[in-house]
Amino acid sequence: MSVPPSAPAIEVRNLVKTFSEFYALRGISLQVATGECLSIFGPNGAGKTTFLRILSAISRPSSGDILFDGKPLEEAVFSIRRRLGVIGHQSFLYDDLTAEENLFFYARLYDVTRPADRIREILNEVGLRERARDRVRTYSRGMQQRLSIARAMLHDPALLFLDEPYTGLDQHAASMLTTWLSKLRSERRTILLVTHDLEQGLALADRVVIFLRGKVAWEKPASAIDRQTLRQLYFDLVAGSERQHGGGQ
Amino acid sequence: MNELSKLMVLVWKDLLAEFRTKEMISSMLIFALIVVVVFNFTFDPGSRATAEAGPGILWVAFTFAGVLGLHRALVHEVEHGCLHGLMLAPVERGIIFLGKAIGNAIFIFLIELPTFLLFSIFFNIDFWKGIDKLAVIFFLGTIGFAAVGTLLSAISVNTRTREIMLPILLFPIEVPVILSAVNATAGALKGQSWNEIAGWLKILGAFDLIFLLVCFVTFEYVLEE
Repeated sequence: MSVPPSAPAIEVRNLVKTFSEFYALRGISLQVATGECLSIFGPNGAGKTTFLRILSAISRPSSGDILFDGKPLEEAVFSIRRRLGVIGHQSFLYDDLTAEENLFFYARLYDVTRPADRIREILNEVGLRERARDRVRTYSRGMQQRLSIARAMLHDPALLFLDEPYTGLDQHAASMLTTWLSKLRSERRTILLVTHDLEQGLALADRVVIFLRGKVAWEKPASAIDRQTLRQLYFDLVAGSERQHGGGQ
Repeated sequence: MNELSKLMVLVWKDLLAEFRTKEMISSMLIFALIVVVVFNFTFDPGSRATAEAGPGILWVAFTFAGVLGLHRALVHEVEHGCLHGLMLAPVERGIIFLGKAIGNAIFIFLIELPTFLLFSIFFNIDFWKGIDKLAVIFFLGTIGFAAVGTLLSAISVNTRTREIMLPILLFPIEVPVILSAVNATAGALKGQSWNEIAGWLKILGAFDLIFLLVCFVTFEYVLEE
């Protein structure tokens, strides 16, 4: 299959995901350009996490097409995994291994060259060098999230999926995460950010999308909307959807 | 070569995490030893009934203790989403399966030695008699048990009744492995030759091969949904 000259980094066409009778995604179509940061908002059950799971190739869609740089996901799954970093509300870290051991483990899985040097460098960046040899079990939630960022960035991914990365973070850790995300954004990495935090999401994004009941309900460039308007619009959309469908997603 | 190095790091991670806490292996060992001790009080050492039931007792201890380990091994992966972390990595899902299965098999091997030692003392059996044959039987039996067990624990770990679901799914499928292992163990303990137990070993070997291949291929689908 030939790749179009200016294929978007991610293109999703009519994506549907069902669990038995339940439709989690009902025909999502959207594109993300290379180096773009897209924030996805939506109430619980809107299909945001399912969407990210399918794009991460850890869940299969029921129907629809997903293309990365113009290539179908199923054909390029290994090269996509190599270029993809995921930060979720779970850390993907092993409690009984030290930070260094966790990163060494993931470095080997991602074929990171000179892993010891890279681990030292990334632990310095997230400010965990001093605690490198402590078990993750002894870390606070904020430290675990910083280590989780280090894990996701270990192989220097060009694509980043962030699923509620602010969940459970204290103010210091949240501000550190924001600084990190701004830095990643300035490096022109393609970022998909799923969050409930409208302000953070808008501040970081080039474009914002609102999911409702497994569909794209609204989409606009971030520069075309301010915080207040977005907040009002979001609550109106969610309230309208709840009225229409009896409160449940 | 690259996949082999990933397989090795997957096994290394499981061994390191377990030897640091000894949580799983100690509970498996205690359970296996309790089974041997309880049956010791039921049978007279050296009696005909003991000789006939011995191999079954031994495999009851191995397999029930093994189920504890299989269950815990996947629960650790689910905590903090580590299983998703593995699924996101550029690693063949079959390699993830092999890594988990090898780790599980090593833990079961490690409890087999002390359990058999205690069994030989309590049931008045010469530990060294037929030890070469027993080593092969334990190896083949454990591989088959760990392979299917790893796949099924990946299925059951996402169910609400996972502690119950694993043995219910596992034991009916493992019948050929357990039957062959028990019969081969009985032969080895009676001092039969390699030729006499060869039939059981062939069945064990064939099931190991089939189970390993099927589990290697299907693990991907089990993980994804």
